[in-house]
Amino acid sequence: MTHISSITENDIHAYVDGVLDKERCAAVASWLEAHPDAAERVQAYKDQKALIRDAFDAVFDEPVPIELTNEVLKSRGFRVAIPWPRIAAGLVLLMLGGISGWSVRDQWPERATMPAPIAGNALSAHAVYVSEVRHPVEVGVDQEKHLVAWLSKRLGKPLRAPGLAASGYGLVGGRLLPDNGQPAAQFMYEDVDGNRITVYVRRSLEARETAFKFTSQENASAFYWVDSGFSYALAGKLSREELLSIAEQVYKDLNQN
Amino acid sequence: MVEQISLITEQIPHLRRYAAALLADRDNADDLVQECLARAISRHHLWKPTGTVRTWLFTILHNLHVNQIRDQKRKPEFLSDPVGYEQHGELPRQENRLEVRDLQRALQKLPDDQRAVLLLVGLEGHSYAEVALIVDAPIGTVMSRLARARDGLRKIMASQSATDLKVVK
Repeated sequence: MTHISSITENDIHAYVDGVLDKERCAAVASWLEAHPDAAERVQAYKDQKALIRDAFDAVFDEPVPIELTNEVLKSRGFRVAIPWPRIAAGLVLLMLGGISGWSVRDQWPERATMPAPIAGNALSAHAVYVSEVRHPVEVGVDQEKHLVAWLSKRLGKPLRAPGLAASGYGLVGGRLLPDNGQPAAQFMYEDVDGNRITVYVRRSLEARETAFKFTSQENASAFYWVDSGFSYALAGKLSREELLSIAEQVYKDLNQN
Repeated sequence: MVEQISLITEQIPHLRRYAAALLADRDNADDLVQECLARAISRHHLWKPTGTVRTWLFTILHNLHVNQIRDQKRKPEFLSDPVGYEQHGELPRQENRLEVRDLQRALQKLPDDQRAVLLLVGLEGHSYAEVALIVDAPIGTVMSRLARARDGLRKIMASQSATDLKVVK
């Protein structure tokens, strides 16, 4: 056993914070057994620490306000860092793809290019609402809690609005939509330049997870997948790569718990 | 820079949580975080990869907060009720819970430098050495502030609960 006199106030706090090595930790623990007053104080500190965490963890879990995300994204450094040559190359490829796609349009049966229903509905809803200036959403992000609770209730299963801050998109709000007689939810996001993407969600009959699938229409593209009883579609006027990386973030965000 | 941007973005929830506990007023807390982010972005070239982005951001936030306190002390006419919610009755969002409100009230009674250290360690889980960097003080000072903060908070909350006839522990 370590010398009793060698336990200091610093040891007590390091003990509370769990940063002592095993040996020292054991020494403090046995010292505390002999010093009930100190033991009581240690317990109070531990309770206090737990209470503080408990009280403020909710702030940590809140979605980040769009002003804060924008503060980071509007930096000039970020704009300078946009890889223009790569984007230009991507545009050229897109144009080539468009031309070759057009030239073979009659050679493919229509069905092969028909997107799955969720993607089609998501893309229609996307097209209708992203261009809406005055009422892009039914419930705005200022009432996010209410929005999510409401949509969860309507879809009959707890739902979340994925956080897309890391991709540079902040939540604008959401709305309830009809999807073949079933309720569906649309969340809209916006980047600092006002570009919008939407996440479309509805209950899925399929229990199993599916891989990301891609579909593209005239004005927007979508990735769609099934995960944990929901069908998702992410729609936006972005390249396949950009959209995929955001879709991956949606998936990741919804699966972190 | 893009990598730094995402490293900074990742820290926003941490900064918000810390600022909310530090200031008690959620709007002021988010304003402080916003100012911190603006400063971080405008000075990202000054970040030296000796510490982590996290420590660097908390240092900026800490310094801004210290400056705010100094300015408030200089202009006492603007120092209205620092715990604004006492006037407005209801606290925003989840802080309505009585226990949380007691805690916030108690935290605000601690000296600023002690509250900062207590929260950096207890809430944000920074190491003592990191806290010494953030508040720019020797580690011995950090430890003594932590000890005084914990003991102070314990006593404040005990007396609060005695007044409110409510068990806090």
